[in-house]
Amino acid sequence: MTSTVVIDKAAPTRAARYGSMSRDRTWALRWSYFFLTLFAIFSLVPPLYMLITSLKSSAEISAATNPWWVFHPTLENYVGLLTSNQFLTFFRNSALVSILVVTITMLISVPAAFALARMRFWGSATLATGVFLTYLIPDSLLFLPLFKMFAVFGDLTGIQLINKWYVLVIVYPTLTVPFCTWIMIGYFASIPKELDEAAIIDGASWFQTLTRIFIPVALPGLIAATIFAFTVSWAQFLYPLVFTTATDQLVLPVGIITTLIKGDVFNWGQIMTGALLGAAPPLIIYAFLMDYYIAGLTAGATKG
Amino acid sequence: MLMADVTLRKVIKRYDDVEAVRGIDLDIADHEFVVLVGPSGCGKSTTLRMIAGLEDITDGDIMIGGDVVNDVPPKDRDIAMVFQNYALYPHMTVAENMSFGLRLKRYPKAEIKTRIDEAARMLDIAELVDRKPKQLSGGQRQRVAMGRAIVRNPKVFLFDEPLSNLDAKLRVQMRIEIKKVHQKVRTTTVYVTHDQVEAMTLADRVVVMNHGRIEQIGTPNELYHNPATRFVAGFIGSPAMNFVPCRLEDVAGKLHIRLTDRVAFPLPADRAARYQGIPRNEKLLLGLRPEHIAEAKAHPEPGVEAFDSVLDVTEPMGMETFVYFTLEGAQICGRVSPNAGARDGSPFRLAVDLNNMHLLNEVTGAVL
Repeated sequence: MTSTVVIDKAAPTRAARYGSMSRDRTWALRWSYFFLTLFAIFSLVPPLYMLITSLKSSAEISAATNPWWVFHPTLENYVGLLTSNQFLTFFRNSALVSILVVTITMLISVPAAFALARMRFWGSATLATGVFLTYLIPDSLLFLPLFKMFAVFGDLTGIQLINKWYVLVIVYPTLTVPFCTWIMIGYFASIPKELDEAAIIDGASWFQTLTRIFIPVALPGLIAATIFAFTVSWAQFLYPLVFTTATDQLVLPVGIITTLIKGDVFNWGQIMTGALLGAAPPLIIYAFLMDYYIAGLTAGATKG
Repeated sequence: MLMADVTLRKVIKRYDDVEAVRGIDLDIADHEFVVLVGPSGCGKSTTLRMIAGLEDITDGDIMIGGDVVNDVPPKDRDIAMVFQNYALYPHMTVAENMSFGLRLKRYPKAEIKTRIDEAARMLDIAELVDRKPKQLSGGQRQRVAMGRAIVRNPKVFLFDEPLSNLDAKLRVQMRIEIKKVHQKVRTTTVYVTHDQVEAMTLADRVVVMNHGRIEQIGTPNELYHNPATRFVAGFIGSPAMNFVPCRLEDVAGKLHIRLTDRVAFPLPADRAARYQGIPRNEKLLLGLRPEHIAEAKAHPEPGVEAFDSVLDVTEPMGMETFVYFTLEGAQICGRVSPNAGARDGSPFRLAVDLNNMHLLNEVTGAVL
């Protein structure tokens, strides 16, 4: 699916007269470009620095040369990481956790949002607010009780979840489900009531109304929620740091800093390479889905 | 063919503390086109939605084809509904929109195609079947929404203000279209609108509702010529009926109707007989439609009484001219010929046709 660029053919063809209106606009544009450029530089310098450093050998990094230039470009960091079983294990763990978390999140929050937005039952409004409030509790407050819960669970049942990568599949949805449910409630609520009434009269069950009307119509929202869930589980640092310690159970963000920093020796080249490689999947997903996302947003999904 | 009459028995709808519908009895015959009309908040849409099954009924019974459907879910009531904002599925093509219900019921593909083709031809949208709703104009969307109802071949069509999102010209056109469709398919239809012109032009019978109750049920002509209450008299017809406070008076043994100290008219014989029993001091209202207040003629028919007025405003409509004047503080509208020479602010001799008058009780609003 591609987005369509609408070219305004009605744009003025005569020479523009510079009245006060257009002068205001010119200045507004200049200022926005100025700040946008500033912001772009601000946010692009770190990845650029990462890229530059990742192309240097350890010797060049520690040498007193211009840090913004690569004199002897090398791919040894990339080769080193991509052939290291450890790094590939981190990558695999991260991917598995993220994919499972996104799946679980969507399977829970889409039906939950549909129920809360449409199936007016006793207390549904309170419940919807409650769902959002749970999201406001910071994870730095939650990890201790959560850890305790898993420890007690392990003592009672003998099933040790702590220090297994899949414990994260259970923990992350506590962050993703409330927020995704909240987003989807908003999207579902924007769908006109008559649409599900028409579906009900056409003979659709609640489930068919959800799968055949609501999900396709709210697809942009669904994608936004998916992106959010993926980003959260891919970049989460605190929970994996707390819940997993064995090297083969680590996910990427924790794995990179725990294995590539040995004592006070920072393997900067590989750290930067690992961070860059780790940032790639979300970047690719954004780039691919953003197009679709915007196309969906501009399609005028509801009444127009 | 199954009988598809709709019957409402003492139907009540109560929201937490508001009674939206206060006991409605209504019999809609098979093939009949019935229009529920009334001001906003009169309970007409709620009534329709209760027939559709989109709202539970608090009390009473609703029957479709003789079966009580109080607890039957909408999909099993064999109805189709057309909504005000069309409610087309935005991600489906016209054909998919129309066939959605049939596909859910797992009709054979060939059958679905035949029905869509037939409905699309009837509604003149055959060339649009592969488009998405957003590529259609308002009128086209409304046709698709009707097509979606037609292909289901239901017992009852329900229309919820289907034309109020269209511009005036298109509304007239679609009104005719709906009437044509009903003449072809003859499906029992319940149609809700706040527009009395729509109600009058479409309906076999009109149901006028107000404050959750039925004011009157009748054919368009019955409602127009024999309204039962002040509300119906004022609601049906445009411009609205004039109401002038008045009382009855006996002058020289003949029954007169006195409007002001200076204006009183003798009643025609049949009217005098009809109103003879009313106490003379009762507070009454004279109801007269604008077309029964016209320019005075040289040789008036019996029952037509002339009087002098000073026109406030005139509204030339081309075919006719509406004239407005004040009588005892009430603004009155009359309808004169465009050639009668009515001018803003000028004195003008008008005549009232008392053969078509209505006399109402000012307190109860009942037409006497």
